[in-house]
Order: sequence, then structure tokens, then C-alpha cells
Amino acid sequence: MADDSKYAWPPAEKRSLIGKRISRVDGPDKVSGRAKYTYDVHRPGMLFGKVIRSPHAHAKVVSVDTSAAEKMPGVAAVHVIQGPGTEIQWAGDDIVVIAAVDEPTAADAARAVKIEYQPLPHFVNDFTEPKGVPENTGPLGLRDVAQMLNNDTDEKEIISAVQKRGISFKVSPEMAQRMKDNEVPDTVIKALQDAPQKEAQPVTSPYKKESEVLKGDPDTAFKEAEVVSEGTYGCPVITHCCLESHGSIAEWTDSDHLFAHHSTQNVSGLAGQYAQALKIPEANVHVHQDHIGGGFGSKFGIDRWGRYTAEVSKKAGGKPVRVMLERAPELEVAGCRPSAFARVKVAAKKDGTITGWQSESWGTGGPGGGGAPPMPYVLTNIPNQRKQHTAVATNIGPARAWRAPNHPQGCLITLAALEDAAARLNMDPLDLVLKNLNLATARSEVYHDELLIAADLIEWKKRWHPRGQQSGPNPRGLGLAIHTWGGRGHDSNCELTINSDGSVNIRIGSQDLGTGTRTCILIVAGDTLGLPIDKINLKIGDNQYPPDGGSGGSTTIGGVSSSTRRAAIDARDQLFTKVASALNAKPEDLEAVNGTVRVKSAPSRSLSWKDACARLGTQPIQVVGKNPGPGDLISSGVGGVVMADVSVDTETGIVKMNKMVCVQDCGLIINMKTAESQVYGALIMGVASALYEEKIMDVNLGTMLNPNMDFYRLAGIGDVGELVVHMMTGKGYDERGPIGLGEPPTVGPMAAISNAVANAIGVRVPFLPLTPDRVLAALNSKGGSNATV
Amino acid sequence: MDDLPEKPEKPAKSKSKKSSSSGPGVSRRDFLKISGVSAAMPLVSHVGALAMAEEHQGLQGPGKVPVALTVNGKKLNAQLEPRVTLLDALRDQFDLTGAKRVCDRGTCGACTVLMDDKPVYSCSILAIDAQNHPITTVEGLGEPGKLHPVQQAFVDNDAQQCGFCTPGFVVATKAFLDRNPHPTPEQIKHGLGGNFCRCGTYAGIRAAVMQAAKNTKGA
Repeated sequence: MADDSKYAWPPAEKRSLIGKRISRVDGPDKVSGRAKYTYDVHRPGMLFGKVIRSPHAHAKVVSVDTSAAEKMPGVAAVHVIQGPGTEIQWAGDDIVVIAAVDEPTAADAARAVKIEYQPLPHFVNDFTEPKGVPENTGPLGLRDVAQMLNNDTDEKEIISAVQKRGISFKVSPEMAQRMKDNEVPDTVIKALQDAPQKEAQPVTSPYKKESEVLKGDPDTAFKEAEVVSEGTYGCPVITHCCLESHGSIAEWTDSDHLFAHHSTQNVSGLAGQYAQALKIPEANVHVHQDHIGGGFGSKFGIDRWGRYTAEVSKKAGGKPVRVMLERAPELEVAGCRPSAFARVKVAAKKDGTITGWQSESWGTGGPGGGGAPPMPYVLTNIPNQRKQHTAVATNIGPARAWRAPNHPQGCLITLAALEDAAARLNMDPLDLVLKNLNLATARSEVYHDELLIAADLIEWKKRWHPRGQQSGPNPRGLGLAIHTWGGRGHDSNCELTINSDGSVNIRIGSQDLGTGTRTCILIVAGDTLGLPIDKINLKIGDNQYPPDGGSGGSTTIGGVSSSTRRAAIDARDQLFTKVASALNAKPEDLEAVNGTVRVKSAPSRSLSWKDACARLGTQPIQVVGKNPGPGDLISSGVGGVVMADVSVDTETGIVKMNKMVCVQDCGLIINMKTAESQVYGALIMGVASALYEEKIMDVNLGTMLNPNMDFYRLAGIGDVGELVVHMMTGKGYDERGPIGLGEPPTVGPMAAISNAVANAIGVRVPFLPLTPDRVLAALNSKGGSNATV
Repeated sequence: MDDLPEKPEKPAKSKSKKSSSSGPGVSRRDFLKISGVSAAMPLVSHVGALAMAEEHQGLQGPGKVPVALTVNGKKLNAQLEPRVTLLDALRDQFDLTGAKRVCDRGTCGACTVLMDDKPVYSCSILAIDAQNHPITTVEGLGEPGKLHPVQQAFVDNDAQQCGFCTPGFVVATKAFLDRNPHPTPEQIKHGLGGNFCRCGTYAGIRAAVMQAAKNTKGA
């Protein structure tokens, strides 16, 4: 049985659990308050941390006086995180941490710390279109090269830039190998290896030309275009706003062994980071997490606070110290999604064929600037293109991955520009997108099917009216978006044990973000072993279990499903070998179904699972299934469609969601119930970012004006309208294996809602969120239309 | 604890006993409590909160004082500074961590518990003020294997993802259904408008509320 095909996913008629609607196994713990999150862990003798943060967006720390705080009763340790001389780059950055017996004591001690700052000029304005962007002449950084490669810049152009400008980084043999693995042309790798090394130039402007792409002949395309549509679009920086804030509880079990409870999307990956930061062996770090209260891409690292929590614990004699971020810093410093703004021109023929794209875009992801969103999105093969992106470096907190990094921004700008083009062409945007699906690099037939299903579910043909043709104070409109994501699966190790008493144990160093990972692992194992899921014991959330990848990029379901499938098949086959003789059959003639091991051709010749396992004697079966591994179990690349139906009150500017539809493919669905939940959730998060969310920075003070949940508004239960989710399943999908859903359905909502509002009121509201003031301003620019309707 | 109230100075001896909670250092929480936070929290009975503010006569603190709470039918005792909230007392003193600290200012509803059978934001009530008012937390409604119909409905309809807002939603739903046993979708919108979820579980929650309404009828 060396044949890899044995690992293949079972056909529909053989699935006992896969694809069914199964309630998540951690549900009862969660609804009864028993589920323990990092924030809930109370270690014996635990001290409480309080952090003093910079009130300035850009400043030098001049002096720090902690003497009074150190003397206060109940204070166990005071640790200076960023001492005199440090340059602070954003407001809310960590300066001093105090560990005390309780929170009130820590808060009192924090007030006794005296810190002197020398404020420096700050810059937090990403909205204004960059002017005077300096020409890039200095050496290329690693990011510059990556950008060119990601943008498919012509090979010769890359080589010439590398030779002319030099590079500011070293090309290690590992880096060269990584590039080779990622199909970077050898000539480019060679040019990089031969390039002159130069010091990076000092930064003098907040603006940096991030990328410039030329494709085809845009000048001629626009000259010859029958219709040209122009517009400005964009969305601001938003935050992750995890309900469980970032943080950890650190304790030293001896002088060089750390035990950390950490709210993380990356249980197996933190030990190495701790080890490096604290200069202890990686094997001495134990990380544990049962449940996580939201991450959305912002919880992959130990973070500065993970490190200083461990350091202040050490100062406090190794006692456990808890530092969970308060709500304001959670919104200020614990991650945000970059903004993106763009001026776009689209060239088209009268029949709707799109022939040209031009965009000048800009945006910020904090001090590092930030990369260009993918544009034109999905319909990447528009033949003639000119694109330029400027990164704006600002003194806001640093950006982190936020579900489907850069895709929602690219989708908004592209699909809004196309909807505006459709309006100019007097064309239904559904027809325009359908007509141009050949411009998608992949999966155009899938988009075609999905668009028609979504149109049906939202009654597009009946309800869609050309822009601005509605009268009355509450015009209604429809909008659409299409989106994509990769997937595949991260590295995963699933240890599966079958004991002679029939019990089955699984251990994986993974984490369940609320996506249903626990339940899906059990479904795959149960389906493979012919057991109900409550007969299998699953342990995840600890770095002492076999290592698993971080949960990012929609790679978890692919990773854990594959490793679990391989482990369960291997263990099952070992069991078959042990019991075959008892059933008078060959191992390959057996199957595990319905809690029995039986002969395929003669099901009455069977052993109960328990009796079969009893034949193992004293030696349990233990295997580790891996991903990647034998057999072709997973794929990459999904498509999806979001359509929105809104009403706009043209007197108040309030946008009301009537209905949203998402049609999504994600290969083989392991658990229909939790898969749908994820898509519903993505739509709801999308409503929030389309209508409410914005990290508002005070240009003068450089601080965030709304670091709380009153004014950093999420969508409530009454804000989201009717929601319809349709998952693509069956032939053409199931055989691709499971593909993650964390990112794709979050991409489309902003564009679909923005388009629906434009369709309703007859004019584009250029920038999100679609707050009443912006809607009214757009209506007024139309020529007092809200007075005339 | 962003703006945890500063520990007040020891009051001068001559001060009248009645100066009470509006003495030196009125905290934001005191203010919220006195003014009634009802605008932002449709479910919370501010009438009760007002009554409480008047009940407390004697000066408390600034040091630790004995606090006796009745939680889920059990008497619980602790020594707490008067500035400690009900939420922090439940979580840090009694390990009842179902109620979560999220916004910490009476906006998001993750800390919702029942006080006198009415839903309150426990981050906005002082523990000393919760004495003599029976408290029910999510742990008191049911446990795995013996779930309350509302909890069961949340499981059945997958009305949770990361689950951090879920306890607050469960308690708020229980209280909502007590008062609205036959809710319309419109009533659900308003009745549960005082709780926020980040993962986006409202579709499941709406279905769960309807199922629980059916199953708790007449109970």
C-alpha cells in the first residue's frame, strides 16, 4: 500500500462527517463562560502589569525616573522598556512597565513615574495626495526588489535598476535559494549577487515611490478609447480591534525556563521568538493557549510587550506577570490595516471591453510606509496599464496583516472604478464584469457561475436600475464585487494515537481562532476512522505538541486537514494489519465504518472498534501525519462574489444595509456550519469597514482620536441587514481539497457596498467609511440633489 | 483600567458621613452610575443604578474594605478597594471569567451580568455597590451537559466564533427573552443592540434568539 491515492479525500457517498453541518465542539465551553482565554488565566501569585505609554507621536525620551514608583508598597518590579535617548515613532508606544500585586496598585505606581520627552515633528496625514515625491536614486532595499518581482516587472528592467542603483542588503545563500524556489529568474538572482552594496540613503520625505508598472501601451489605449472613466477612491487605516486584546502572562519556572500564556495565532512559532529575545534556548520556552479572542492577522509575534512581560517577570523573581493591553493601546499600537487611495482612469470600448487602466495610488501602513494593493484586482490582464504607488510613512502605529492583506483595498479601488465605467457606458455592471472575465488570470468560469448565482439570490435583474434613476428620499441600490485568495496549507504535524482500549488521541500544536479548527480536525479524523467525533480526544494550543504553522493567509484548514487525514489513514492501516487475520481477510480488504472494522465485500464480518483495538495488546499505534506529505490533498486559489443591496436616506446621509449575498468557493468543505459562519462573519466585518471603521488621527497632536469602542464603531446586530451565504460544492470543487476561508469573503464587501451606494444615489462617495457626512457631501457635489429629490 | 480612578486621599475626619460617593475624586464610573448609562445601553436598568447610588451612605476606603457578594446563589467574600469594579471582582477575586473586559467603559456588552435579574455592564458598577443585589453570571445560567436553553441555542446555531463576546450575548439574550418572550426581528435588533461582536456572529445569534424563544416559552 505505498500508493498515495489512499490518502485522497473520500467521495461524497463515503463521507460520514465531512461536509455535514456539525456544531463546534468548543461551543458548550464558550456559551457557558468556561472557555479560558489568555486574559482569563489566573496563575498563583500572579502580578498585574501596567504600562506607561508615550503621549507623543514622535519624540525622544529624555529622562525616566521610576524611583518613587519602586518604593510604593505592593510594587514588585519596575522595568524601563525604552529608556533615555530612544526615539519614539508613534503615540502609545511602551516606555515603562510596572508589576504590582493588583491593578489599582499598578495604576497608582504608574502615576508616580516621571518621564520627560523632547517632542519631535510628526506626520500622520495619509489622506492628502502626495506631492513632490522624490525620485528614487538610492540603493534598492529588499522590499523594493520584492515589489518589482511581485508586480511582474520586466526582467531586464529589474536587472538594470539593480546594476544602476545598487542594493542596501546582503544576498545570503539561503536568500538566493529562496528566490530560486520562488521561480525568480537566475539572471535576476545573479544581478543581485553581483550588485554593489551601498548604504541606504537617509530619509528626508514621508513619501517614497514604491512601485511603477508599465504594461502594453496605455497612452495609445487611452487616446483610442471610446469611453474613458475617471474617479478617486479609497479607504482609511482601520484597526483589528480584537475583543481579547493582545497580551500574555509570563513566568519563569527557573532561571532560564519561561512559561508563557499568550494570546496568539501562532502557538508553535512563539518559542523561537521568545528564545531569541530573551537569549535562552528555544527548548526552554513553553507556550500555551486554549482559546483566543480574535486575531485577524495581528497576533503572530511575541511583540515588544511579550518580551517585556517576560523581562519584568524575571525582575519580580520569576513570578507570573500579566500584561494584557488596555483598549486604547489595543487600537493605537496593536496593529492596523494600511490605507489606500487612488486616482484611476479606465479606458473601454462602447461594447464594454476594457482596454486600459491607469492608477496613481498612495497609502500608509505606519512608519514603514506600505506596499501597493493589487490593482487592477482579479481582472489583472487589462492589456494596457500604467500604475504608480507612493508609500506614505507616518507616525501612526505599525500596520499588521489584516485579513487578506491589501486585497480589500485593491478590490474597492478596482471594482468601484469599473462600476463607474459601467455607469459611463450606460451598462449594467454585472454585464460589464461578465463580459471582461477573460481578463482574470484564473477561474473565470467559476466567477461566471458565482456571479449568476449571486445575481439570482439578490434578484439583480429585477431590482437593479441604472444609476440615479430612483426618486424619493430613500433610494435603493445594488452593487457587486469579485474577489480571490490563495490558500493551500501551512506545515502541520498531527500526532495520532490509537490505544488498546479503543481511545483515540490527537495532538497538534495548532490553534482555533474561532474558525472551527478543533471541530474540523475531529471531523477529518472521525470520518477517516469511522468514529463519531466525541470518541476522539483532541489537544491543541501548546508548543509541546507536534509543531503546526501559524493561522494566517487561510492556510490552517489545508494544513491541519491534510496532516490529520494522513495520520488517520496511516494509523487505520496499521490497525487493519493487526486485525486482518482475525477477520480472515487481507488488510487492504478492510474498512473502518460506523464504529466497526469490517470486510468491504462482506460487511457482516466485522469487529467493533473497541474489539479491534483490543487486539493491539500493550503497544498502541502512534503515527505522525505531516503536511506537506504524500498524496495531492490541497489546492490554492479561490473565487467569490459579494453583492449588496442598500438604501440611502438622502436627507440624513445614513446608509442602511438591506441585504448582502456572498457566493464563495473553497474546495472541499469540511464543516458546512462553521464554513458558513466564517463567511457570514466576513460580510459583517465588511459592513463595519464600509460604513463605520476609521482610525482617526489628529493631525496636530499626532494621536488617535477614537481609541475606544464608542467612537471606533463596529457593526451591531441591527446594522447588517439580511445575509445570504451560498457555498459552491460538488464536482469541480470537492476534489480540490479544503481551502481556507479566513481571507477571501472579507475582501468584497467594501467594494460591493460602495457600488450599491453609488447606484442608489447616482454619485460616487469616493472615500470610505460611508458616513453620513461623506454621503451628504457627495450628494451636494451632484448639484443639491438631496434638495431636489 | 485605562483611567482607573485615582485612589482618593484619606478624607478629613470632620467630613460628614453623608458626603459619600460624590466625595473627592468622583470617578468616571461613579459618574456613569449616577447619571445612568441608559442611552448607550438599552437593556440596562438605570433606575436600579440610581437607587443604589442613594443606598450607600457611609464613606468607604480608600483602603480595602470587606465586600460580600451573592453570585450565582453563593455568598462570596473579599477584601477590595472601593474603586474595584464588579467585573474585576468577579474575574480576579472569584475566577468567574465568563464576563469579559473588552471596552471597559460600558459600550460593548462583553461584561454583561444579571443584577437583580436585570442585565448590567459589570465594568461600570463598583463591587461595593453590587452588595445586597443578587448577581447571576453566564456560569450560573448553565454548564456543559446542563446548558440553559439560550446557551443550547447559541451552540446549535453556531452563534459564536472566537467566543469572546459570547458570554455577554448569552446573558443579554436571556434577559431580553425574559422581557420579550415572543420577539420580532425588529425587537431583537434593539434588544441586543448593546453588545458588539468582532468576528461577525449576528446571523447565528438572530437564529439562536428565535430558537431559544421557542424553547423557553412558558418556562
